[in-house]
Amino acid sequence: MDIKKSAVAGTLESSDCMVTVSVVIRQYGRQIRKVIYDTLKRLDVNDVKLTVVDKGALDCTIKARVECAIYRSNDIKGGLPWGGAIR
Amino acid sequence: MNPNLKRLRRSMMFLNCQKPGLIKDPYVYGPDSIMLDLEDAVAEREKDAARYSLYHALQEIDYRGVERVVRINGLDSDLWEEDIRCSVAGGCDAIRIPKTETAEDVKRVEAAVIAAEKEFGIEDGRTLIMAALESAKGVLNALEICEASPRLFGIALSGGDYTKDLQTSISGTGVELMGARQHMIIAARAAGKQCFDTVYTNLNDMDGFRKDVETIHTMGFDGKSIINPRQIPIVHDIYTPKPKDIIFAEKVVREIDTKKAMGIGVFTVDGKMIDIAFYDGAKRTLALAKASGVYKGEL
Repeated sequence: MDIKKSAVAGTLESSDCMVTVSVVIRQYGRQIRKVIYDTLKRLDVNDVKLTVVDKGALDCTIKARVECAIYRSNDIKGGLPWGGAIR
Repeated sequence: MNPNLKRLRRSMMFLNCQKPGLIKDPYVYGPDSIMLDLEDAVAEREKDAARYSLYHALQEIDYRGVERVVRINGLDSDLWEEDIRCSVAGGCDAIRIPKTETAEDVKRVEAAVIAAEKEFGIEDGRTLIMAALESAKGVLNALEICEASPRLFGIALSGGDYTKDLQTSISGTGVELMGARQHMIIAARAAGKQCFDTVYTNLNDMDGFRKDVETIHTMGFDGKSIINPRQIPIVHDIYTPKPKDIIFAEKVVREIDTKKAMGIGVFTVDGKMIDIAFYDGAKRTLALAKASGVYKGEL
């Protein structure tokens, strides 16, 4: 999937994280990098700039926010691949 | 038959799926069920985000035996079908239908649940359904709603919307809810289903909350919707059989079994007249005590 536009998901509240995607890749903190890369790989996203401000989110929250931002950037709202690319 | 149809559901706690901090560890408060909300608590622009959070929470968080019910968006929205795909794929235990008015509403959800179980390889019949009645029409149709699906384990009153439909409001006395509560518990019992009461929203009035729970307990309700962990111990206290009730129920069951073998139909236990009509009630008390963890006996 290509990134078509910038998109944001999540908040800066406790136990959450905010994910912003745009069009060039860069590095993140070591703790959440793998979760994010694995999620992007499952979604087949290659060229993306992604900014994450983590406030103690669980891995499942990081995945959820990354997926949400990516799918929002493509305006995909239904027929989602639960258990497939989303897992 | 799904063994969870009749499970213990004294407290069913609403949690907003939009908030990761709320859904990550609610089991620490010990509710019997959690109701993971995709509907009213979630802002319109965050409906999609709530689903991703829900899916991964269902897949990855160990809720330690707490039942996971998902409240989907209304059947008048364009959200509910994807809500069901997400919830069933995630492995939720049940779907709560909001604003249910007819048996047809239940059948539409049932069909979508069956399709989702098939699509995602979930065991047929694993996902149960409950229906929230939020209007005069829904309450009046309680019996047909209860009988609409073998997956439906119960109905719940949603007092806020219901009282709006009646053109009144929640008074705190329960007067405005009396008719709906009575009608719903009768319909649920006639259909062999469970029945749950509406939320109590004034968190500063715990005495009022206790009285409210005592009322619905006396009426026969199986449990109550909860909006705050502080309400849980009060509900469980009222719903858990007291030691004297457990001892009496044990005596009743044993005496009826013994006297029946001797050909005696009516007798007294602790000065109270007892006959076979007391048997099922005593068995229910012991079953509830066992499910609540306060009875280890063999009856």
